[in-house]
Amino acid sequence: MPTIKSLDDLKRIREEALKKQELKTTSGKTEIIVGMGTVGIAAGARETLKAILDYVDHNNLENIIIRQTGNIGIDSYEPVVQVILPGAEKVTYGRVNPEIAKVIMDEHIVNKRIVADYKIEG
Amino acid sequence: MRELTLHILDIANNSISAGADRINISIVENQSDDTLTIEIQDNGKGMSPEMVAQVTDPFVTSRTERKVGLGIPLLKYAAESCNGWFKISSELGKGTQVAVQFQLSHIDRMPLGDIADTFLTLVLGTLNVNWIFSVKHDDKEFYFDDSELKRELEGIELTEPEVIRFIRSIFEEGIEELQLT
Repeated sequence: MPTIKSLDDLKRIREEALKKQELKTTSGKTEIIVGMGTVGIAAGARETLKAILDYVDHNNLENIIIRQTGNIGIDSYEPVVQVILPGAEKVTYGRVNPEIAKVIMDEHIVNKRIVADYKIEG
Repeated sequence: MRELTLHILDIANNSISAGADRINISIVENQSDDTLTIEIQDNGKGMSPEMVAQVTDPFVTSRTERKVGLGIPLLKYAAESCNGWFKISSELGKGTQVAVQFQLSHIDRMPLGDIADTFLTLVLGTLNVNWIFSVKHDDKEFYFDDSELKRELEGIELTEPEVIRFIRSIFEEGIEELQLT
């Protein structure tokens, strides 16, 4: 079984993505961080991260960096998601299930409005 | 945790915390032996024999004194409750290997859960780790080493929508072909 479906596919994806990046060099990138320590995973962090990836995929959102990290240190609020818009302060959200993740994507990532209901101090 | 893939995610995150930059995950379903075996091997900083003893015992130390949570004792207990075993070996400066086996058909064995999603999460969420996955079902194997992929995609984010779709389809199609129980 080949490791990669087709190298040509990959090269094409890379070239197209690089072209788009050139057009948007000034806009910066949005960073989304999901806490994936033991507590986060047990609380459903994988489903939360999946919901975020699905949202990016379905809505064709570009220039977004999604990262996972270990325990963020606020166990009772897991799953924890942090959002950093270009040039903005980090915003931490707590108890983010897939539905809340979708609200955060709609409001914070797309409309650039912080979702006060789920924001925590972190 | 209700799925074995969540345990895999948990152990793999221990490996990342230990500074590993190469992590191998192997899942082997063997129907003739009626076993399900999972191995996670990393090249992280490793642990002393004392620490290895501690991580499998939830009651020895308090949580603030070690970075590993309840995940390992829970997995060990789950395996031993299903006619299986749990092994951990580690060497300082070399890395850690965790292996666990279950009786495949045991009534209390947790389901594997979504392997494709779990792999996708690991590959996309961590830039500096080389992931090597092997999933076997009897004589069929799905093998994936992300180094070639990451080399080809150098300079662009793995979380670009088209890249997510591409990697997801590799995992979904590869795992589906195995027809795991």
